[in-house]
Amino acid sequence: MLLQLDGMSFQSTSFLVPMSYPSTTKRGVMGAPAAPPPASTVTLKINGVETRLQLAPWTSLLDALREYADLTGTKKGCDHGQCGACTVLVNGKRINSCLTLAVMQEGNEITTIEGLGTQEKLHPLQQAFIDHDAFQCGYCTPGQICSAVGLINEGKAHSEDEIRELMSGNLCRCGAYVGILNAVKEVVDGTKVKS
Amino acid sequence: MSQYTNYIGKPTNRVDGPAKVTGAAKYAAEFNVPNLAYGVVVSSPIAKGRIVKVYSKPVLKIAGVLAVFSHENVPNLAWFDRNYKDDVAPGGSPFRPLHEDKIMFNQQPIALVVAETFEVARYAASILEIEYEEEDHETDIELKRAEGFMPGRGKSGWMPPPPPRGKPDKEWKKAAHRIEHEYIHGTQHHNPMELFATTTEYHPDGTITAYDKTQGVYNCQQYISKIFGLSKSEARVVTQYMGGGFGSGLRPQYSLFMSVMAALELKRSVRVSLTRQQMFSFGHRPYTLQYMKLGTNPDGTLAALQHHALHETSRFEEYTENVVNWSGMLYQCDNVKLGYQLAEIDVFTPQDMRAPGAATGSIALEIAMDEMAFEAGLDPVDFRIRNYAETDQNMSKPFSSKRLRDCYHQGASKFGWDRRNPRPRSMREGNMLVGWGMAGGVWDASQKKAAAKASLSGDGKLLVTSATGDIGTGTYTIMTQIAAEYLGLPIEAVTFKLGDTDMPEAPVEGGSWTAASVGTAVKNVCEELGKKLLKQAQKMKGSPLKKATFDEVEFVNGQIRLRLDPNQAVVIRDVLQASGKDKLEAETSATPNLLKQSTHSMHSHNAVFVEVKVDEDLGTIHVTRVVNAVAAGRILNTKTARSQVLGSVVWGISMALMEETVMDHKFGRYMNHNLSEYHIPVNADIHDIQVVFVEEEDEIVNPLGVKGIGEVGLLGVAAAVSNAVFHATGKRVRSLPIYLDKLL
Repeated sequence: MLLQLDGMSFQSTSFLVPMSYPSTTKRGVMGAPAAPPPASTVTLKINGVETRLQLAPWTSLLDALREYADLTGTKKGCDHGQCGACTVLVNGKRINSCLTLAVMQEGNEITTIEGLGTQEKLHPLQQAFIDHDAFQCGYCTPGQICSAVGLINEGKAHSEDEIRELMSGNLCRCGAYVGILNAVKEVVDGTKVKS
Repeated sequence: MSQYTNYIGKPTNRVDGPAKVTGAAKYAAEFNVPNLAYGVVVSSPIAKGRIVKVYSKPVLKIAGVLAVFSHENVPNLAWFDRNYKDDVAPGGSPFRPLHEDKIMFNQQPIALVVAETFEVARYAASILEIEYEEEDHETDIELKRAEGFMPGRGKSGWMPPPPPRGKPDKEWKKAAHRIEHEYIHGTQHHNPMELFATTTEYHPDGTITAYDKTQGVYNCQQYISKIFGLSKSEARVVTQYMGGGFGSGLRPQYSLFMSVMAALELKRSVRVSLTRQQMFSFGHRPYTLQYMKLGTNPDGTLAALQHHALHETSRFEEYTENVVNWSGMLYQCDNVKLGYQLAEIDVFTPQDMRAPGAATGSIALEIAMDEMAFEAGLDPVDFRIRNYAETDQNMSKPFSSKRLRDCYHQGASKFGWDRRNPRPRSMREGNMLVGWGMAGGVWDASQKKAAAKASLSGDGKLLVTSATGDIGTGTYTIMTQIAAEYLGLPIEAVTFKLGDTDMPEAPVEGGSWTAASVGTAVKNVCEELGKKLLKQAQKMKGSPLKKATFDEVEFVNGQIRLRLDPNQAVVIRDVLQASGKDKLEAETSATPNLLKQSTHSMHSHNAVFVEVKVDEDLGTIHVTRVVNAVAAGRILNTKTARSQVLGSVVWGISMALMEETVMDHKFGRYMNHNLSEYHIPVNADIHDIQVVFVEEEDEIVNPLGVKGIGEVGLLGVAAAVSNAVFHATGKRVRSLPIYLDKLL
């Protein structure tokens, strides 16, 4: 599935949206396209395991996890850092994995939802999310849970209002926010975070 | 004797919970099949015109690019409209992706670039040159007010408004108190968190399995079968998990077409995922203009009610939803006129979005009812109870059940409504103006034909399957509960599987009908299997059930036992072992009992009470407290049902205060097509929400007595927020969402 590609240069993939449109127009980038960048071996430490992947430098951490490492628990909801579905932990801090390139994370400890617990041995937050029905479709859930782990690591969440505010980078379209608050609160209280 | 296998109604944890919280649940774009290629869709940047040329040559030279598909080279496909018509399509000609050079809406999918990796496909798609010829477009429904027309034939389920009754004009003019206003809400997009995607696995024998994001695997199977000339056995569609639907997955979306087309052409597995921007390119809740006239008699009863709606549709399909009909049945009124029109603009066809029609209609009706109560000097709850409809006047039929009055009473009591000072701007907390508002609504209780299969194996494990969906609604869990209860098995011994065209057929998951339709099928198939089990049990040596009929036994606690003498029992697992069979199977379907149902009007109802706090200086609005009282028949699982209503409240708050897709009419293009500018509530926006389930028994709707819970909770929420804002500030806002500038 992985492909070695030749060529060195890299061109921005952003769409060009002109300000006004003449009646006949061409869209796209004119001239000969630059060749895609080559892939090389990138070693990522994911959930404690050194994982060697053939990646081009333009591959986001999110795509590396989902498309190359077959760790699809991390979700893509917008690819623009707007929804939080792709939240993972890097050295214990929560980040949007769509906003970082995989090559930038070499040498760091990456933790995804798959690294927190298994169906047989759930992380306390995973159990709390089930008990409080803190999700419906489940698509934002891995990001919510990783975000909550990061939140607890930050040691900032003490009150309900603080949890709501600091969990607000993770959208949930099903509207399970009441359950998410209660699940996170239960674990925060359980770990006896000092106020 | 305790019956621990009675699961229906219990607040049961989601059976798919562990898979979802660990990332093990696989969504459409997550089937990493071998030798997978990636397709990226190129969207039109113009709203109307034609494609002059697609310059694919330079892109094809990029290492790793496999193909560029457009109307210039797409293979010969089915010719007739009917081949593209899905089960829930509205009237008109369905959109055919890559069919011709014509561009009919902005962001129309016009090309697919396929490459070895996602990154290369995305890069190549971003630089693909396409030459366009642009034509003038019309995207502003406000300019089409005079061009409304009555739709001809809508989609199934659409009912033209009933003819006028009484003397709605005359009685309105004579009324003691009158109001007359217009209500508007903008375009809304479903925006489920999961992007639409399809992974089509190409098998060596030329058959395909499409892992798709859809609310109806059978609908998608027949769609691709007809377009690509595949037999049902050649085209399997699977959706095990769906990251939210809200109606967006009722119709087959173009990721399915693109992925299947490319896989068949390249004879290779292909994944096509849409971007968040492209999630605004198909289907939306239409921009709707509504006009209400209400009048009351001196005793506070409704003298006349008129409700007219006009909303957009595309140039090629007549999208319809029931916007105004509810106004003819929610309250008792003998003088009613309802009108409904569409107007064409250059956008994609609107699509059902959670409580389609009713969510819209209830905004106008329920704000108007609040205004009317205020004009007549009546409490909004009291006003509604004075005008309580005991029968459905649209259909001239009795309700199969209706506990809306209890919704009003129980909701008001829980909320503390009796402490409300009716005068606007009369309640405050420091700099915050406090407002209390209420509203309510009505939604259909429907049942469709559905089938299910059950298989009990020698180790006592039961597998039940049906090709329905679980878009987060809790289908997996409630069907497991139903099966466990009807066969008296511990819930851990029961597995329910769904979302696969290899399973018995079920309708698209929508209209709040899944619990009623598939639930009844699961009940029926378990009873069929129960009969087979009893037969085997009676063959056992010394069986205490020898002479028992099916009605005389019950399936409880892993046993079949006599109802009147529970000590006379056999263990279900022993039955199978004694029978010498390794499994017992049954397959059956459930159809609505039309004879019973057709004599009644079948609906669920709700009443919502909302508290807002409005900053007097800044105009910022916070919804601090909500009580939503729902009467929706039997509740199968109070935990997952409560979540459905909580989510509905969040949607209602969103409709009232945040959500709107804004069109740039110069370009005919949605401007805020991303999740940072299309605003939906975040955790900090949501506060105290209480759900009340009003007990309601109904033996007519279906054998389980369920009415569905996915949509009714949304009704009236947005209106109640607007009504609360009026109570807080004295400002009546009839145009949603209520941005703070509308209060300043």
